[in-house]
Amino acid sequence: MSKFKKKKDGGLPPISTASLPDIVFMLLFFFMVATVIKEDNLIIQNSLPKANQIEKLDKKKPISYIYIGKPSPNYIDTYGTEDRIQLNDKLQSVEQVQAFIAAERAALAEELVPTLTVSLKVDRDAKMGVLTDVKQELRKTNALKINYTTKKGDALDN
Amino acid sequence: MAKRSAPEVNAGSMADIAFLLLIFFLVTTDIATDSGLSRKLPPWEPPTDVPVIIKEKNIFALTLNSKNEILLTSGGDSELVPLNELRGQAVKFLDNGGGEGKDVCRRCKGEGDKASSDNFIKAVISLANDRLTDYKTYIAVQNEILAAYNDIRNREFKKDYPSLEMDFVQATEMYQDPSTEPKVKENLKEKLEAIKAIVPQKFSEAEAKRD
Repeated sequence: MSKFKKKKDGGLPPISTASLPDIVFMLLFFFMVATVIKEDNLIIQNSLPKANQIEKLDKKKPISYIYIGKPSPNYIDTYGTEDRIQLNDKLQSVEQVQAFIAAERAALAEELVPTLTVSLKVDRDAKMGVLTDVKQELRKTNALKINYTTKKGDALDN
Repeated sequence: MAKRSAPEVNAGSMADIAFLLLIFFLVTTDIATDSGLSRKLPPWEPPTDVPVIIKEKNIFALTLNSKNEILLTSGGDSELVPLNELRGQAVKFLDNGGGEGKDVCRRCKGEGDKASSDNFIKAVISLANDRLTDYKTYIAVQNEILAAYNDIRNREFKKDYPSLEMDFVQATEMYQDPSTEPKVKENLKEKLEAIKAIVPQKFSEAEAKRD
């Protein structure tokens, strides 16, 4: 006979999962903060080429995106198979690039206007013709800071 | 009346709800930051009648045709160059140092060929493309030219500022990093500008040919 009760024998105590919600919430908050929900719904094909002499774009400075590529398979019936320009959510013609830049500038604070960078997201299989026209339009509207947005990789494998 | 204690809220399903949200954000997340080749376009000016005269030996002219072939015209010769030799050729041209008298290039390590570029400041790389050139070829060529400039700038940066123990590209990255202290930035900016002045990017792009 012992004074002390014997501890329950056998069986591991169940693992406490009480802190699981806390862990999951922590992860959740991380992803909520780090997330950038895709801004533009692409109508065109847009797989970027690779390059390795790249610089990161500063997200704090204003960036406007111009997409160039062939329409995606779903839209070929509507838009054909030639390279097209996408501004915001719509396919536009070259002449509308200037208006687009003007609208982007109007939405900015005045002191930020000269820092506007145009990110050109051009499909790797696109031809230079449309891009050349877009560059001329950008020059006319004096949006001279551009960035050929690419993936990181060896340019020789393109 | 019996004293009732408030029933405890069952928090068991909290984890499930949190998981659901977590999975939603996991799927929609796109953490990738944008990066690419930064360039500056020349301002739009009405064409002037006065042509700029550059000695032929100081021009490294690249032409991309509709079949994505690269034609290099330099020092009076024209030849097709494969993409993987382009960087080496460009470095050789920039680093040639064939100048004499006031055009002499003290920093150049090249062969000093009289038929090639005088010095870093005189050397111009020009690129013309066809409207039917593929974008991926164009980007690869742009990348290789930038790489050639960066190679030389790295070398000069290391030579001038060995105490920093980094090269030009690393210093540029550090300068652009928002977490770098302003004092360090100021210091770096000065050095980067100095190297940029020694090895300027004289890179011109002609308008695409109409066909």
